[in-house]
Amino acid sequence: MFEDIRLLDGPFDPQEIIQATADSTMSKGGVANFTGYVSSSGDVEALELSHYEPLTLPGMEDLARAARDRFDITAITIVHRLGRMVPGDPIVCVAAASRHRRDAINAVDFAMDHLKSAAWFWKRELRGGTWHWIEPRGADHSDLARWKSE
Amino acid sequence: MTVTILFLGPLRDAAGEESRAVPAPLDWTGLIGAVGTDIAQQLADDRVNIACGGRVLADKTSLQAKDGDEVALLPPVSGG
Repeated sequence: MFEDIRLLDGPFDPQEIIQATADSTMSKGGVANFTGYVSSSGDVEALELSHYEPLTLPGMEDLARAARDRFDITAITIVHRLGRMVPGDPIVCVAAASRHRRDAINAVDFAMDHLKSAAWFWKRELRGGTWHWIEPRGADHSDLARWKSE
Repeated sequence: MTVTILFLGPLRDAAGEESRAVPAPLDWTGLIGAVGTDIAQQLADDRVNIACGGRVLADKTSLQAKDGDEVALLPPVSGG
């Protein structure tokens, strides 16, 4: 079982991370991945992400474990940025390898929904020279509820 | 003999500082008294969590922080 769970203070290359996940297992059938980038919509000039260290990484490791228990995967990668970013910068990359397409895709979907609603991150955006905190989205919670009834 | 209160995310702006040292031990009533009216009101919100010694409390009013503990005030997360 390959696992790559990291918080990064600086820029990263999602393609390298996805490739490393794919290369980690000879028995792979497929690799699914999702990369989130900082969006410039709403005239966002910069995004800053803070966290609470004693909870964040253990939370991401628990999430990887939950994905492993739930899906038939051979590798899982969750890499998340911290600090200040500008539009176009990768902010999160999740990848999963499996012999079965559905498990790889679902593991990525599951990890993203849980990261978005349950991870200990706080974001603020720089717009028109002023920082604004981002409120939680209701949709993040309904996304999470998808996995509870199954 | 102190407990460190840590303000996370938007609560940091409200507090005007990253952290505050208060005398140990510290319970829920003591915390409410130590953070000022504005933050005390926000702590009443169910969506605001408290971690003590690196663990999120299931019931934040059960807080019992002792000397050397870090009490983190965790506002609702913005999402990853």
